[in-house]
Amino acid sequence: MVYVKEYDAPLVEQAEILRYARCKESASELIAQMQTCLSEVWNHLQYKVCYIRLPIQKENEMLNLSFAKTDSKALTKNLEGCTEIILFAATIGLGIDRFITRYSKLSPSKALWLQAIGTERIEALCDTFCADMAKQLQTEGKKLHTRFSPGYGDLALTLQKDVFRVLDCPRKIGVSLNESLLMSPSKSVTAIMGISQSCITKEMSKPFCQNCNQVDCTYRK
Amino acid sequence: MRNILEYMKDHIIYLDGGMGTLLQAQGLQPGELPERWNITHAEAIISIHQQYFDAGTHVVNTNTFGANGLKFSQDELDEIICAAIANAKEARKRSQTKHEKFIALDIGPTGRLLKPYGDFDFEEAVATFAQIVKIGVKYGADLIMIETMNDSYETKAALLAAKENSDLPVFVSNAYSADGKLMTGASPAAMVAMLEGMRADAIGVNCSLGPKALAGVVEEYLQYASIPVLMKPNAGLPQEINGKTVFDVLPDEFSQDVTALIEKGVRIAGGCCGTTPAYISALVEASKHIIPKPITQKNITCISSYTHAVQFGKSPILIGERINPTGKKRFQQALREHDIDYILTEGIQQQERGVQVLDVNVGLPEIDECALLQETVCELQAIIDLPLQIDTSDAAAMEAALRRYNGKAMINSVNGKEENMKAIFPLVQKYGGLVVALTLDENGIPETAAGRVKIAEKILQTAQSYGIDKKDIIFDTLAMTVSADAMAAHATLDALAEIKTRLGCHTSLGVSNISFGLPNRDALNGTFFAIALSRGLSAAIMNPYATDMMKTYYTYRALLGMDENFQEYIPFVQQLAQTTHMVQNPSVNQPVNASQTDAAQTSSQLQKAIIKGLKEQAGELTAQLLQTQEPLQIVQAEIIPALDIVGQGFEAKTVYLPQLLMSAEAAKSAFEKIKSAMATAPEQSADKCKIVIATVQGDIHDIGKNIVKLLLENYGFAVTDLGKDVAPETIVETTCALHAPLVGLSALMTTTVPAMEETIRQLRIAAPWCKVMVGGAVLTQAYADRIGADHYAKDAMESVRYADEISAALHASMQ
Repeated sequence: MVYVKEYDAPLVEQAEILRYARCKESASELIAQMQTCLSEVWNHLQYKVCYIRLPIQKENEMLNLSFAKTDSKALTKNLEGCTEIILFAATIGLGIDRFITRYSKLSPSKALWLQAIGTERIEALCDTFCADMAKQLQTEGKKLHTRFSPGYGDLALTLQKDVFRVLDCPRKIGVSLNESLLMSPSKSVTAIMGISQSCITKEMSKPFCQNCNQVDCTYRK
Repeated sequence: MRNILEYMKDHIIYLDGGMGTLLQAQGLQPGELPERWNITHAEAIISIHQQYFDAGTHVVNTNTFGANGLKFSQDELDEIICAAIANAKEARKRSQTKHEKFIALDIGPTGRLLKPYGDFDFEEAVATFAQIVKIGVKYGADLIMIETMNDSYETKAALLAAKENSDLPVFVSNAYSADGKLMTGASPAAMVAMLEGMRADAIGVNCSLGPKALAGVVEEYLQYASIPVLMKPNAGLPQEINGKTVFDVLPDEFSQDVTALIEKGVRIAGGCCGTTPAYISALVEASKHIIPKPITQKNITCISSYTHAVQFGKSPILIGERINPTGKKRFQQALREHDIDYILTEGIQQQERGVQVLDVNVGLPEIDECALLQETVCELQAIIDLPLQIDTSDAAAMEAALRRYNGKAMINSVNGKEENMKAIFPLVQKYGGLVVALTLDENGIPETAAGRVKIAEKILQTAQSYGIDKKDIIFDTLAMTVSADAMAAHATLDALAEIKTRLGCHTSLGVSNISFGLPNRDALNGTFFAIALSRGLSAAIMNPYATDMMKTYYTYRALLGMDENFQEYIPFVQQLAQTTHMVQNPSVNQPVNASQTDAAQTSSQLQKAIIKGLKEQAGELTAQLLQTQEPLQIVQAEIIPALDIVGQGFEAKTVYLPQLLMSAEAAKSAFEKIKSAMATAPEQSADKCKIVIATVQGDIHDIGKNIVKLLLENYGFAVTDLGKDVAPETIVETTCALHAPLVGLSALMTTTVPAMEETIRQLRIAAPWCKVMVGGAVLTQAYADRIGADHYAKDAMESVRYADEISAALHASMQ
């Protein structure tokens, strides 16, 4: 069964917004413009997640995720010791896309801030959801692994098609997938999180950025 | 069996309940397509339908929610819908209950989001739905149920397909979020306006929430709709209890809540996710005593956008007239150059000035109005949520625009000529809309009020023969200049007052025509507007920059209690005072900041404004400079040096991207003044070489490309921006047509890099002279090399530098 959750706005991490806008220092005029954008878009954001809990098992070289099979080594490693997963899709809605489009015509600097704000907001929503799930699983004595998205490492982006089929994202939270596997609204995330009985391995508890192989990334922390 | 529309007139109609949840209970796997069960598990489907019929359902929906050509081949789709209808018919045969039973062809959303925010074309969507409708008609469905739509545009596509391909009754049901709006933003009032205008037979809501949570939305439907309202809520929200899924509203509570809304006027009711035959029997039992509440005509005159409805009659409506080339050289130039951004900016600025509707007129003799009007409407609707008034005398262009319009548009215009009514009224009938009717006919504009009212009556009568109600006609009694006839205002005003009081219709005027040929027109217009309002005028097509008319608007509303706590009047007068102060003391508005680079300190105020990213000041200072200096001199001596300082700062990492952009925007507003000045002297040109830019096919993200465009334009390049998701062929065609020496391609995703590679391949064959630079989030030097690009621009400044190189080489080779 696919469940839907709606959250209140998670706390804003200003430093993250600045990082996504590629500002290394926080000049007051920059902060002011960023805050103007944030307050303008604030009431047009929503925080929706839909998810399903599914059993998984290893079948020779393949990993059977219940909704699809994959041979991704990176995901297999991430899900080591797991017998179940939570598959989820999250979005902050279409409102911010409208603002971004409007300002990309009118004021690209504001469009850039809105992009950065959107990225910070969707990541914050994912963090909130993960924390919520982790707390719930704690009552079962289970642990949650860090989230892992299609397109990440060697996990094919084409998996999105299967994700969308099982989660019914358009109906549940209004997210759709286009032909080039991009999501609309653009500030949306799909991911898999492993559930295991034991403690999280050292590898899995490292912050997101350090787990990634792309070391020359502009946004690396 | 009776026609359902007949039967509905004096009966409450009961729909069925959930299907998906029941199928899951019978073993449907997550991700499995339930539509295939029509064939593989026909008995299970028949049994569910029969249980609903037995429970008292009048209309069952076929198990075809996701049956469409995007998921199934034509043959399989045909087979599925055939089986689905056969299953429902079989259930009807088996059910022993005596009540009337109908079968609705169920149509759900495609799962794809339409352009501009998705990649699914509107006409493709219409075609997808048309395919389903045709099959449904072939196999004998009794009606069509379009349901669970959470996007107004897709809803329109589905309803249009249903109407164009069948004569069956069509019910339309939307899925609202907890905030009472559709996922893409439409309010219930906006949906009622659009769907009623397009002649749906019943409208309403389903899915998402339980009956209590949906009550507000349903009540709004009841308030606005003059057609039957339906509801099909969920059994509340699903919860997981001890590993089992349980919905939190049980049949008793469900039936009581829905019954309460039937008492308020809902005529068609059933259930959605989580509801079962038990819910429907409980509902039938609880509500069978109710005598159906009659459906009343609400006589609300309104239009809508993809977010909200605008209602006429409560308070005056301002319709911004600035998107119109008549008498505007700069606007005409923008149309000829296909400068859509210029038109959009006009729209945004009028919205910021407070208009509630935008008039859109892009007619010029030498352009393809049909294509441009449609494109402009779509582009405006991508970024502005105001309803539009589509303004053209070309019926084909009107239809093209109305078809794509997301909402219920205002149509400008029809008049009393037989021929004209014959061309326009069928469009109103098909697409819906509020049509502006001009009181003139074959004999011209009558001089007297009585003559104009007579034409109005003729128009109303003809409209009625098309089934168009008078609430959907707004009369323009034609303001004519008093400079030609001192009594002209009387005829206009008397006619509008009579139309308002005796005919009971709303009116609109192009106010400023009254003062044509006289000095200080704004003063006359403002007073004429006030008189017209006091005689009952509902709307004005006007220029929101005209201070006196805006004063009339705000003061009128403040004086007549239309502006609660003067919430709009006070900010308006404050803004007014500020603007007046700025005009009288320009120095207060100039940039002063000590923390500038040495070069900036010695440069002019315009340079400072650009460096500091002060958009408005840069524009104003440029306008001042233009009084004494040549446009090109300002570009060379002020704007380019300022941009260079910022650009160097960016490259040295002392200036960040948002700052670079703010400066670029300030420069752009300076350039806008320069362009306006040069529009009257077109022989001058500051342009360097031509550059074609585009985000490649499959990619719909364009912020990076827009930044590059802005900077390239700042530096004087003639940029042709093809937009996003652009086919290689289009890029090649444009490059060849312009013989552009440089093409810039952008891609955000690894999945769209192949499209970039293909574009380069085609360019190499068809346009061997041109250089290609590439950029975007996923690109690296290595990637750029691999796909055969000439240059990898890691950021926007770098693209300017490279373009400069190409331009310089080109000039050198020409000398």
